[in-house]
Amino acid sequence: MDLEDSPEHAAYRAGVRAWLAANASAAPPRTVLSPPDEDGVRRHRAWQARLADAGYAGVTWPVEHGGAGRGPAQRVVVDQELEAHGLAGVFDFIGVEMVGPTLMAHATAAQCARHLRPLLRADEVWCQLFSEPGAGSDLAAVRTRAQAQPDGGWRVDGQKVWTTHAQHATFGIMLARTDPDVPKHRGLTMFVVPMDAPGVTVRPLRQIGGEAEFNEVFLDGVRLDPGSTVGAPADGWAVALTMLGFERLTVGSGLHATRLERLVAAVAAGEASRTDPLVRSRLGRIATELLALRHFNLRLLTEVAGGGVPGPEAGLAKITTVLASFAAAQLAVDVGGPQALLDAEWGHQVSALPGLRSAGGTEEILRNVIGERVLGLPPEPRI
Amino acid sequence: MRHALTEEQTWLGDAVAGALARQDTLRAARAALDGAAPPSLWATAIEAGWPGLLSGEEVDGAALGALEAMLVVEGCGRVLADARLLGHLPATALLEMAGDRALRADLASGRCRAALVDGMADGRRPPAVVARRDEGGLRLRGRVEWVLDAPGAGVLVVCGEDEDGVPMAALLRAESPGVGVEARDAYDATRSLASVVLDDAPAEWLALEPARVATARHLQRALLGAESLGAAGACLDRACDHARERVAFGRAIGSYQAIKHKLVEMLRRIENARSLVFFAGWAWRSRPEEFALAANAVLVGAGDALDLASRESIFVHGGLGATWEHDCSLYYRRAELSRRLAGGADGAADAVAEELLRGA
Repeated sequence: MDLEDSPEHAAYRAGVRAWLAANASAAPPRTVLSPPDEDGVRRHRAWQARLADAGYAGVTWPVEHGGAGRGPAQRVVVDQELEAHGLAGVFDFIGVEMVGPTLMAHATAAQCARHLRPLLRADEVWCQLFSEPGAGSDLAAVRTRAQAQPDGGWRVDGQKVWTTHAQHATFGIMLARTDPDVPKHRGLTMFVVPMDAPGVTVRPLRQIGGEAEFNEVFLDGVRLDPGSTVGAPADGWAVALTMLGFERLTVGSGLHATRLERLVAAVAAGEASRTDPLVRSRLGRIATELLALRHFNLRLLTEVAGGGVPGPEAGLAKITTVLASFAAAQLAVDVGGPQALLDAEWGHQVSALPGLRSAGGTEEILRNVIGERVLGLPPEPRI
Repeated sequence: MRHALTEEQTWLGDAVAGALARQDTLRAARAALDGAAPPSLWATAIEAGWPGLLSGEEVDGAALGALEAMLVVEGCGRVLADARLLGHLPATALLEMAGDRALRADLASGRCRAALVDGMADGRRPPAVVARRDEGGLRLRGRVEWVLDAPGAGVLVVCGEDEDGVPMAALLRAESPGVGVEARDAYDATRSLASVVLDDAPAEWLALEPARVATARHLQRALLGAESLGAAGACLDRACDHARERVAFGRAIGSYQAIKHKLVEMLRRIENARSLVFFAGWAWRSRPEEFALAANAVLVGAGDALDLASRESIFVHGGLGATWEHDCSLYYRRAELSRRLAGGADGAADAVAEELLRGA
């Protein structure tokens, strides 16, 4: 058990701190589960570019792709310092954490050369065109159709949903069906879609809180150039699994969890609540979960920093994030009364958390995966 | 940064399992319910060096920390072994700060066994033990119920308050005048519990800063939590084994989500509790001011994990799990009693809240 830095990491951390001290005035504040407005998006993108230029976005990306070429431990240090200073991290986390590494693993050298550097600086934002109205947990059931054209290009028709950042995106990475006549996992191909192509329509999806974090994306006769696939045709499922693996590394990393200090402050604000045995009992139990989550994530980070890849048990962190954060928000609002439902912090979380439960893998699917792969239980019947 | 067990710590856990494998502790637990005296595991503890885990090297102790102590009792909890460490180790931790060398050596070697009598106030109750000074020295009055491992202990480390309401700790011999140790029957017969009655009992004051007295309470709660974590893990393993093998409607029941998701919930709480054990182990060595928070969180988290795991493992086993013959019932007894000891899960939750609110 050692949560202190090695001398090498301490030196790196000191460098990050010095840089943040000089640059923090340009940083947007860190928010939990609340999308910025248009002006805010500009600031967030500019901040990501500044982070990337300093080597603090894409910390583990290879230098040849514009990254800093550092190890996972340094990445952890950067994340910790940004969080500790209440500063935002990268804006296009889908691009940096998921799309970029997937392109490195499956795309051609020419695609990597074209896309990775603008992605890392948020000059070009990316979105993930995976889920559909009829394909969520059962992602391989996607029905968006991509048909090969005589010129070697493709024609795409279909609809995607729950697409974060589609309204800001220059490109989308899209899973589509290219062969409807083979078993479902084998007929899929991954594509790069220019979001300004004729036939692409983005419509915001407002959520409980009123804001539109997600979008629907309609694809009507969209023409894609030859060479738009990522990986070979019919290899789409393998590419999707790579990307979902990177997604699993990002969910539950504590990013979305309620900060314990904020909950304690909410309870401490009222003399009546801080001495109420029922409130104290709830606070003690919720705090226990949030502390457990913090230290569970430190265990996962230890694995990552050592070069390992967390197994499916990492999904437990996402389940705890949602359950504990929801309980925390409920307690804070119970203490604050009806007015707290209207406030920007807790009211917003009450609205945002029910959706988070289904994001990045529903709780039920995560429990299936963990039950089968960690506990060795027999699988669900699958078709 | 490294939040993981070292090789030595992993070996320690394995060694505990090895030492206890020679005892049929589950069978003994059931026999104890029928009135047989549970076989003493103190000799096993001595052989393995557990009584001196926290004692300094100058008294031939192992000079290890709370993490290692928690790993040992976790291993005990897995097989429902009660080696009387929950009383002994917290007592030795206080005596390491203020006890005399000869006694510490006797405790480290296991020649003498100690128990902790926690008569301190908490957020919800006044102190159960009050100390006053007279010409003859320090005298203790009070009554503390359900004291872990007090029957047969040679020395008692008593925590309470002085007449000015300041926390204090004192040492007394079990055979001293004015000390009554009344053994109690308990729902889980592997436990050794007593009511301790102090009637102006002469005691020796331990020269500790008042703020450090509560360390013993917090450590005892962390140990009880770690022991519960071990028992919860055993419940999960049994339930998973059964769910893989038992077939209903042509499929192993573990393939059904109703069962599978329950088992994953047990795993989630167990892994959360393990994370808290790491937190407490780290705090003991590197952030003592956070140990109270961490230790009480261990008891809350692990207590909830065992509560769920012991109950749900019965349900996964069906009616079989609720029978006298099945091991599930023994873990259930352990869970039901444990969550009501050392201040209880509710007391620990209140302590977590207190630690957080004090600074806010």
